[in-house]
Amino acid sequence: MTDSEQDAGARRIFEARGLTKIYRMGEVEVHALRGVDVDLYAGEFVVLLGPSGSGKSTLLNILGGLDTPSGGTVRYAGRELILNDDTRMTQYRRTHVGFVFQFYNLIPSLTARENVALVTEIAVNPMTPEEALARVGLESRLDHFPAQMSGGEQQRVAIARAVAKRPQVLLCDEPTGALDAQTGVRVLDVLARVNRELGTTTVVITHNAVIAAMADRVVYFGDGQVVRIEKNAEKKSAMDLHW
Amino acid sequence: MTMRAIDQKLMRDLWQMKSQALAIALVVMCGVGTYVMFITAQNALRSTQDIYYRDYRFAQVFASLKRAPESLRARIQSLPGVDQVQTRVVAQARLDMPDFNEPVSALMVSDSGRHGLNALHLREGRLPVRADEVVVSTPFAKAHGLQTGGNFDVILNGRRQKLTLAGTALSPEFIQQMRPGSVFPDYKRYGVMWMERQALGNACDMQGAFNDLALSLRAGADVESVIDRIDELLDHYGGQGAYTRHDQRSNRFLNQELTQLGTLASLFPVLFMGIAAFLLNVVIGRMVAMQREQIAMLKAFGYGNIEVLWHYLKMVSVITGLGVAGGIGLGVWLGRQLSGIYMEFYNFPYLQFTLQPGTVLEAAAISLTAAGAGTVLAVWRAAALRPAEAMRPEMPASYRETGLEKLGVKRWLSQPARMIARNIRRHALKSLLSMLGIAMACGIILTGLFQRDTVGYMVNVHFGMAQREDISVTFTEPTAARVRFDLQSLPGVRHVEVFRLVPVQLRHGHLSYRTGIRGVEPGGDIQRLLDAELRQVDMPDEGLLLTDFLAKILDVKVGDKVRVEILEGSRPVREATVSGLVREYTGVSGYMELAALNRFMHEGPTLSGAYLSVEGGQLPQIYTRIKGMPRIAGVAERMQEIRNFNRMMNETMLFFTYIATVFSIIIAFGVIYNSARIALTERGRELASLRVLGFTRAEIAYILLGELGILTLLAIPFGLWLGEWMCYYIAHTMQNDLFRVPVVLTPGTYAFAATVVLVSAIISGLAVRRRIDQLDLIAVLKAAE
Repeated sequence: MTDSEQDAGARRIFEARGLTKIYRMGEVEVHALRGVDVDLYAGEFVVLLGPSGSGKSTLLNILGGLDTPSGGTVRYAGRELILNDDTRMTQYRRTHVGFVFQFYNLIPSLTARENVALVTEIAVNPMTPEEALARVGLESRLDHFPAQMSGGEQQRVAIARAVAKRPQVLLCDEPTGALDAQTGVRVLDVLARVNRELGTTTVVITHNAVIAAMADRVVYFGDGQVVRIEKNAEKKSAMDLHW
Repeated sequence: MTMRAIDQKLMRDLWQMKSQALAIALVVMCGVGTYVMFITAQNALRSTQDIYYRDYRFAQVFASLKRAPESLRARIQSLPGVDQVQTRVVAQARLDMPDFNEPVSALMVSDSGRHGLNALHLREGRLPVRADEVVVSTPFAKAHGLQTGGNFDVILNGRRQKLTLAGTALSPEFIQQMRPGSVFPDYKRYGVMWMERQALGNACDMQGAFNDLALSLRAGADVESVIDRIDELLDHYGGQGAYTRHDQRSNRFLNQELTQLGTLASLFPVLFMGIAAFLLNVVIGRMVAMQREQIAMLKAFGYGNIEVLWHYLKMVSVITGLGVAGGIGLGVWLGRQLSGIYMEFYNFPYLQFTLQPGTVLEAAAISLTAAGAGTVLAVWRAAALRPAEAMRPEMPASYRETGLEKLGVKRWLSQPARMIARNIRRHALKSLLSMLGIAMACGIILTGLFQRDTVGYMVNVHFGMAQREDISVTFTEPTAARVRFDLQSLPGVRHVEVFRLVPVQLRHGHLSYRTGIRGVEPGGDIQRLLDAELRQVDMPDEGLLLTDFLAKILDVKVGDKVRVEILEGSRPVREATVSGLVREYTGVSGYMELAALNRFMHEGPTLSGAYLSVEGGQLPQIYTRIKGMPRIAGVAERMQEIRNFNRMMNETMLFFTYIATVFSIIIAFGVIYNSARIALTERGRELASLRVLGFTRAEIAYILLGELGILTLLAIPFGLWLGEWMCYYIAHTMQNDLFRVPVVLTPGTYAFAATVVLVSAIISGLAVRRRIDQLDLIAVLKAAE
């Protein structure tokens, strides 16, 4: 299926064109992105696969408004993102983007419910914290603090926190990186369910090739460039993954 | 030589944390600086006093008498225990200074040469040889711009005489030169001068006789028995009771001052060093705790616990060492300034200033120990973990709902507010320590400022409510009461109140105190006696009123009887009942109703002096008239006394008030800035996560600085309370029979202390806010910890 065929079926959420990113580390320039063109469509589940240092996190950070590219443009929902305007990017993250990180980044002083409320209190049209937590299967752990939960549970709270504001996109950077396989599968299952039920465009970064099987599309990264894009004819359920 | 990698790391880490390190070093510097300043100044003044007394043979026993033949000298000399004897002529004189209209009085003392007791330290010229020559005290000469060879008139024993200035000098006997009855020097209006013995004797009709005595004792002499024997010998000659160096006026003032300085010298450094050490311990502990991952890494490379500990001790030593070095330099400099001020004030001929190595070592040891202890604890906790464990992200700390939230306050709190509340609760000890640090900084600002408030208050009470005369005059000797009408009739005099002053030794059991009983007119409007609530005390018809502090010294209460040994005339011994107490902040004395005192003395209506209130602008004329009244020995002007008082306070007390204030401001800033910086480091990751979730900079600044703000706001009232308590403690330790310092803190002072802390907090907040704005979101999220 070509891009134009995708166009017919779904709206384009992100259009990245000619993205470059150069880090200056003292005297040395590191080219993290060397001209990346990529489109992401509404409601799809995309896996970015590639070795560490291949540029996938950099792309994710730029799409999420956490970082600015050295060159190129990103259009979101048809409008160009002004990536170097901190106030606008804060607003953009607050309204449109959900993040999930490898190390959960929960606020230890807040309970599961409150960690989610942290976001719903500043969002425009959020679901209730209880609903968000129910979606990730944690309705019975509402009043637990992070210290009282396992890593998998903490990551599910992080997912609930990310989706509670009903974001257009959910950006996940190695969401299973700190988890064992069995727990990782449960977390991925939650991500798939959210994607299916809420229609949130979901991007998952991983270097675990097994996970690619559950995606609509897989974007292969290497040396700061998109090497190829594959579409899975048939998606596997997360529960069928093993590593 | 190339630096080892780990030492490179040390240097770079230090450079990285330079502003924090500087703030810590400043706190240490203030602690050490205060310590060194007070200790060195105190040592310098004490050793100067000792050496001065020794080199100039300051006498050990003193006595005044009416008149005794010189032949008595041999009998005094033969008393057991007596070493050197110096018989002298001492007289009150009035001076007529060129270009100075106001009355000036002086104490004339016969000179006893280079080798006698109480030898003079000549600053200019030479000792008097001719009968018309005089040596005057250096500060008096300075105040009047007198030059050697210059002339002025003196009225001695009712006779006018022209004197030539032979030189100026300082004496160990008159380090403090104050008019009797005054507690502050006024070199323009009162001085000490020395004349050749024979010349002064002739002028005072004391040929072959003496009226004053000074002596030194052999080692091991029984002082009490010498004094008793001298009193016996002088009894027939109008002796006023011998006393030791301890009760000698100048020495007593000096000792009191040095004791006060000593109290401050032990109190302030302990306070400042204690607070600095506490802060150092807390701040260093938290700073090292932040290095947990690095410690694990070093251990993973194969560094041992001791090497790691040593690494951090070195880092801490550099910071602390900087503070100590700066503090010693600053302390020595300030110590010199302070001793210099005192040297000038006390008219020491020289200053024995040395920096004792012990002081330096103490200051360094206290600082390094405090810093070291904080480091060891923190490194120990971090190093106890296995490296792999320490490098893994730290488990989320366990939190609980706060008690307040359980009570139902929770629904009113936003999530950020809950974060603030729970963080304070979770790190209760850390929060408490930060709060305590801020409170201490707030408190010491008060201790610095309260003396200024107090001085203002003392002036108001003493000169505004109790001593309200424009001028006071004292007579050369007890005088018949009709003199009052002479004074009343002077043009420009509005109102006259008279008094009788009798020198006495008060005894109660084994306790005794040498002072005066003042007979005052009942219901006086110029001189008023006040009680503890500063209400005017009704003068009882009979009985004795005592300054409340004197009652404490003598351990008497109202209704008790005291023995009154009168030190003039035939020196009768009587008994009086204490019928009330009065509140005074300077000096201690007894008071009686004027007529009652005359009856007590078995004398007719007799006066020692008078208080005058005068019409505005009439003072010069009155002075001119008074100069012509030979009975008047001295005149004091109230405004002048106030100026003298303020000058003395400004020169001595307020110097370190200023220092203490500046230091406490630095400490306040050091504490708050470091608390904020450490909080930022500890929670940078959490705050970055919030930024990623779409929180604005202002919103996350609220979470971090809100906590600091709450701690600061909680710390301020506590700090004010703590400071008040410290002020009471200082005032209590400093009270003596010359001065009682009331604790007076004006609302302005509280407000100032609170404002300093708030402004420090705001500046620290802004500095940290800048760093919050620069948080690297990606780096913080990528790193495990």
